[in-house]
Amino acid sequence: MEVKNLTCINCPMGCPLTVEIEAGQVVRVSGNTCKRGDVYARKEVTNPTRIVTSTVRVMHGKLDVVSVKTKEDIPKEKIFACVRALKSVQVEAPIHMGDVIVKNIADTGVDVTATKNVERQ
Amino acid sequence: MNKYDIVIIGGGPAGLAAAISAKKNGIDRVLILERDKELGGILNQCIHNGFGLHTFQEELTGPEYAERFISQVKELDIDYKLNTMVMEIDREKKVTAMNREDGLFDVQAKAVILAMGCRERARGALNIPGFRPAGIYSAGTAQRLVNMEGYMPGREVVILGSGDIGLIMARRMTLEGAKVKVAAELMPYSGGLKRNIVQCLDDYGIPLKLSHTVIDIKGKERVEGVTLAEVDGKGKPIPGTEEFYSCDTLLLSVGLIPENEISGNMGVEMNPVTSGPKVNESFETNIKGVFACGNVLHVHDLVDFVSQEAAAAGKNAAAYVKKEHTEDGAGREISLIPAEGVRYTVPSTVNAARMDEKLTVRFRVGNVYKNCYVSVYFGEERVIHRKRQVMAPGEMEEVNLSRAQILQYPNLENITVKVEEDETNGSKESDLH
Ligand SMILES: Cc1cc2nc3c(=O)[nH]c(=O)nc-3n(C[C@H](O)[C@H](O)[C@H](O)COP(=O)(O)OP(=O)(O)OC[C@H]3O[C@@H](n4cnc5c(N)ncnc54)[C@H](O)[C@@H]3O)c2cc1C
Ligand code: SF4
Repeated sequence: MEVKNLTCINCPMGCPLTVEIEAGQVVRVSGNTCKRGDVYARKEVTNPTRIVTSTVRVMHGKLDVVSVKTKEDIPKEKIFACVRALKSVQVEAPIHMGDVIVKNIADTGVDVTATKNVERQ
Repeated sequence: MNKYDIVIIGGGPAGLAAAISAKKNGIDRVLILERDKELGGILNQCIHNGFGLHTFQEELTGPEYAERFISQVKELDIDYKLNTMVMEIDREKKVTAMNREDGLFDVQAKAVILAMGCRERARGALNIPGFRPAGIYSAGTAQRLVNMEGYMPGREVVILGSGDIGLIMARRMTLEGAKVKVAAELMPYSGGLKRNIVQCLDDYGIPLKLSHTVIDIKGKERVEGVTLAEVDGKGKPIPGTEEFYSCDTLLLSVGLIPENEISGNMGVEMNPVTSGPKVNESFETNIKGVFACGNVLHVHDLVDFVSQEAAAAGKNAAAYVKKEHTEDGAGREISLIPAEGVRYTVPSTVNAARMDEKLTVRFRVGNVYKNCYVSVYFGEERVIHRKRQVMAPGEMEEVNLSRAQILQYPNLENITVKVEEDETNGSKESDLH
C-alpha cells in the first residue's frame, strides 16, 4: 500500500491529508475536516486540477481591468495555456459579475467568468 | 452636527458585516466611512479564489465575497460615504473625517466600531544595507499594481518573507510571465498558509528557503540582484552561505500590522503582541461603546472569521445603543491569559454575565508544534485538552468556552490557554470543541 501526505488547498484551514492508495486505487482519505478535502485528495493523486484566476483588460470602464476566474477547476497542465489565452482578451464595459468572458478556455470545456462588476465610464 | 447611532470606520469585510449585523439588530442610523473609492477593503485586490467556503459553502474570489456583503448593505439601505478618511475620534465618540465634497466634518456617534484593517510592515523595518534602488515593492503594492491596474512591476523576482501576499504574488507573477527565482524566509517556518505554499510555490517549482535573508541588494538605479544568506538561530547571517540571485524586482512580504493610529490617539488600550486593541468578550475596548473587529483587532488569514467576529461586534454595539448591555458591576471580569506557546488571545477578558452561550477564543502560537494539546485551565483546573496534529504561527487557532461551564466556577479570576507537549496531569477533562 502506498501512503501520500497532502495539504488540502480548498480553503485556508489547510488540513493535512493522508491518502492510502492500493493498486492505483484510493482506498482511504483521512485528516480532512470537510467533504471537499476528500474530493480534493482523490483528484490530486489521479488528475490534479486548479481554479485559475487572472485579470483581463476593460475598454470604456470605470476600472482598467476586471478580475476573472475559471468557473470550475481545470487540469493543472492547462494553467499556462489558459492564462496565455486570456492575455489578448479585451472586454467592453459594463461587465457584471458572472458574465462569461471566454467560452471553453484552452479547450478545457470550462468557461472563464468575471468576478467583479465594472461600470461603464 | 450629523448624528448616528453607530459609526463604523472602514468598509472592508469587517466593517460591512458589522454594519449589516447592527442594522439587523434593530439600529436604523448606521454609517460606514471608507477612505477608498469602493467598499470591500483588501478583498478588492485579492482576486484569487478561496474565500468564504465555510460561510457560503462555495469557493469565492475576494471581490465576489465582498459583493455578497456590499449588496446586503445596499438592500438594507445602510448609509456609507466613500473617499472619506477618518482623521480622529474623541472620547465622546465625535468622529472627525474629511472628503472632497464635505471637507472636514464631524459626526456624533453613540457607538463606534473600529474596522480599519491592517497595512504592510514598512521596508524600513528591514535591515538591508546599501542603496534604495527602484524595483523594491511591498507584496501588497505589487498586488494592487498587477490586479487592479494591470501593470507588471518586473520580470525577474526574488521574494523576501513568506507572508500570504508574497506567496500569492509569486504565483500571480509567474502566470503573468515573470520568473520568480526564490522566496527567502528569515524564520525556520513559513509565515503564510500551507495551502499557499503548495499551490503558489510547489505547483510552480519555486524554492522556499527557510532561515534565509537578503544581506545585500545590488544596483544603483534599479535592482540588479540580491544576495541571500542562511541565518543562525539568532537570525545572524552565516558566513560562507551567501548566494547571489540576479533579479530586477524584490518583493517584501514581511507581515501585516493593524492600523491603529486613530484608536491609540483616542486612548484605546492596546495589546502589544497583536498591535490591536484589547477587547472583552463583546469586542468592546476599554472605552465603553467603542468596539473593534477584523484585522484592526488582530491579523486574520480567514475572512470567514473576520465576518463572524464583526457580526458579533455589530450585535453588541446595537445592544449598547439600545442599552441592553448588562449594567456595570454585574458578573466578574475574568482575564484570559496566554501562556506556554500561546502568544495572545482575543478577547483578553470575559464576563459570563454578558457572554452568549458559547464564546470562540482565537489565538496564535509562537512556534511550530506537532502532536500537541491545546489546554485551557480555569484557575488550576484543566477543563479543555484538545489534541492538535500541527500548529504553526501562520495559522490562527481557536477554543470554545461555554457560559454554563464558566458559571460553575463562581470565584474564577483567570482562564489560561496554553500548548502542552504531552499528557502530564490526569485532572478532569472535557472537550468542548
Ligand atoms: C493577500 C491576502 C490574501 C488573503 N487571502 C485570503 C484567502 O484566501 N481566504 C480568506 O478567507 N482570507 C484571506 N485573506 C484575509 C482577509 O482578506 C482579511 O482578513 C480581511 O480582508 C480583513 O478584513 P478587514 O475588514 O478587517 O480589513 P480590510 O479589508 O483591510 O478593510 C479595512 C478598510 O478600512 C479602511 N480604512 C482604514 N483606515 C481608515 C480611515 N482612517 N478612514 C476610513 N477608512 C479607513 C481601508 O481603506 C479598508 O477598506 C487574505 C488577506 C490578504 C492580505
Ligand atoms: S478539508 Fe475542508 S476544511 Fe480542511 S482545508 Fe480542505 S476544504 Fe478546508
